[in-house]
Amino acid sequence: MALLEVSHLSVSFHTRNGIARAVDDISFSLEQGQTLGIVGESGSGKSVCCYSLLGLIPRPPGRIDSGTAMFAGRDLLHCSEAELRRVRGDKIAMIFQDPMTSLNPFLRIGEQLIEPLVYHRGQSRDAARKQAIALLEEVGIRNPSQTIDCYPHEFSGGMRQRVMIAMALIAEPQLLIADEPTTALDVTVQRQILELINELRRKRNLAVIFISHDLGVVAGIADQVLVMKDGRMIEQGPVHSLFDNPADAYTRKLLAAIPRGAKSAADRSTNQDLLAVNDLTTRFNIIDHGKSSELIAVNSVSFRLRRGEVLGLVGESGSGKSTLGRSILNLIRPSSGSVCFDGEELVGRDNQQMKPLRRRMQMIFQDPYASLNPRMTIYDTLAEPMLLHGIASKTDVDQQVLKLMDDVGLARAYIRKYPHEFSGGQRQRIAIGRAIATRPEFVVADEPVSALDVTIQKQILELLLTLVERHNLSMLFISHDLAVVRHLCDRIMVMRAGQLLETAATELLWAAPAHEYTRTLLSSSQTELPEAR
Amino acid sequence: MNATRIEDYEQGTSLWRDAWIRLRKNRLAVIGGMTLIVVTLLCLLAPFVSPYGYEQQDLVLGAAGPSARHWLGTDVFGRDLLTRILYGGRISLMVGLIATGVALIIGVTWGAIAGYAGGRVDAVMMRFVDIVYALPFMIFVVLLMVVFGRNLLLLFLVIGAVEWLTMARIVRGQVQGLKQLEFIEAAVSLGLSGWTIIRRHLIPNAIGPVIVYTTLTIPSVMLLEAFISFLGLGIQPPQSSWGSLIAEGVETMEEFPWLLIFPGMALSLTLFALNFLGDGLRDALDVRTSRD
Repeated sequence: MALLEVSHLSVSFHTRNGIARAVDDISFSLEQGQTLGIVGESGSGKSVCCYSLLGLIPRPPGRIDSGTAMFAGRDLLHCSEAELRRVRGDKIAMIFQDPMTSLNPFLRIGEQLIEPLVYHRGQSRDAARKQAIALLEEVGIRNPSQTIDCYPHEFSGGMRQRVMIAMALIAEPQLLIADEPTTALDVTVQRQILELINELRRKRNLAVIFISHDLGVVAGIADQVLVMKDGRMIEQGPVHSLFDNPADAYTRKLLAAIPRGAKSAADRSTNQDLLAVNDLTTRFNIIDHGKSSELIAVNSVSFRLRRGEVLGLVGESGSGKSTLGRSILNLIRPSSGSVCFDGEELVGRDNQQMKPLRRRMQMIFQDPYASLNPRMTIYDTLAEPMLLHGIASKTDVDQQVLKLMDDVGLARAYIRKYPHEFSGGQRQRIAIGRAIATRPEFVVADEPVSALDVTIQKQILELLLTLVERHNLSMLFISHDLAVVRHLCDRIMVMRAGQLLETAATELLWAAPAHEYTRTLLSSSQTELPEAR
Repeated sequence: MNATRIEDYEQGTSLWRDAWIRLRKNRLAVIGGMTLIVVTLLCLLAPFVSPYGYEQQDLVLGAAGPSARHWLGTDVFGRDLLTRILYGGRISLMVGLIATGVALIIGVTWGAIAGYAGGRVDAVMMRFVDIVYALPFMIFVVLLMVVFGRNLLLLFLVIGAVEWLTMARIVRGQVQGLKQLEFIEAAVSLGLSGWTIIRRHLIPNAIGPVIVYTTLTIPSVMLLEAFISFLGLGIQPPQSSWGSLIAEGVETMEEFPWLLIFPGMALSLTLFALNFLGDGLRDALDVRTSRD
């Protein structure tokens, strides 16, 4: 018999604005020792589906309309809160996306591990501590007998996620629900966490439900895959058959949206340098407990960007890649070195002296929810840079704005709408429109697609490629996602701890990475399709 | 679809409109707002509402309780109390508005500049605020009133000068938070000047909490005025404000209680209305509750 058997689960949310069907007639079953991947874009209902099994959705507004969920002989959807609590503590454990918010920042992690052992298992503190150390060791934390007395903020993101997994294992659950557990992590760390979950599943004969927006990740870990869209099940099946022959058009679209393979557009690089960066260094003063120390975010970086080139900059979080991008544009003042843009030195200029150059160099930001002024209409947002730099006059600015909207694929009818009325992808189009409104020659794009769903990602990347070609842009494309970079860039720079490790033409880097770190990055980021397993 | 004029396209719902729609659904806030409008109109139209002048005495009558001729009674000099309350309301409301306006202008400008500039400028400006905060302001106000005499305009300015400090702190906090957001960075990279960024991008986004705080400042300013007048330093007879009326009422509380009760009710009613409106505004403008 299956460990978990969900049939015809439907969940809806009743709000002032009407009823939203979050989960609509979902059925699946899961055996011990198996992994079920649930894949879908944001808002597809994949999390709600699992949370409702544990009674974790707020009711009201949430309501379970129908269905049963048989787990070890009892129906989770129809048991009392007390019974559910016992199941949650004992049989089913969860891990979440952001390990920092799920750990109490004021308690040592040892305390957080020992407490449930003492209170729920009735162990003595000494025995509990020993078991906590054993658990930490099991999830791959080095030196557990010392690190057990550290606070959560002293761990890196990956280590915190390991601690969370250790906490989930305390109760010796039979089912582990992992909700986007690796989304907030760097690729190399992501790979390690996935391996850990897989290993625990084998060793403890755990059943795992793995929720993710990333088909590539799910492919690497799941036995069965369930694809969801708008609350409905699109397709379900063993991972191999699903990837080899997806039955549904939406699954095919998801698969096609995974950026794969080399750049399709021609390399338009010329021999002319547009940007020359020499020995650029940016330091930050950090004041910590009254002691001032220095963080070197960008450490004597030198490179050239040719006119017409799309240059990729990859690195993990904290590698200084965003700081480098902002230092080039003088949004962060570099400490030393030189940035030469088309023969003009930028370092040392103040805002006033930067202004004539601002028109020629623009930036696209990561988070389309934060990068637009919520009180300005699309018209205001796009007209502002045009009027400021005299691209358009008061009389023809309306026409110019409309043209720009066509350019970035926004329907003209939206012109007087406000940012909150748009989806993430549309917002990013607006932000891109603002960046090219001044007809710049050079654009820094800082992770412009990493906050977007994978199908939207594809559209935005295509838009960027089209614009690069149409407007003859040169671009510095910053990303942590190697697959995206490979798809878009002519050359790639790899950055770690503030320094450039290597720079190579895209395909050359893939074929023969010179640096050990690049090799690790590349091997962690390969989308692992089932046939490769 | 092919309209050439921007005005022909459908207009979106701005956050302000959104807040307005939500405010209108809040019954208490609407009642509060209506009450304020009625009170203000009555005070402004006092000469038409009441047949008496505010210093017109009926010495034969003296202090008398409510009657058909004098709805709220008369004071010890035989002056119609309703009339005096309406005229007094003009002063009280004006103090509330002007002093808060002064506080608003100084506070928002000061806070926005400090928050945007950051670093040393911010440190100096905010330490100044701290220092002024630390002065016992009641004494300061009383001193000023004694030195410069009882001057209405001075009263407004002095009260405004007390109230801008909190406003500055609120705005600075807002601006500091907003400054981290990418749309401000985007504005810098477009090449906008610092002043344009403050004016077009920062202040409109920081103004929500400021409006809420303003509706809560008006009552405290009115209370401050009432207190100063109560001490005998504010409004001089025969002019009246609610504060001075209450002060007079207290003296004769035992013989003629209506002289205290009615002005007190007028002040309380207004303060209640302002508080309900302020609460409603806070709920309407708070972005966290707005996206459901």
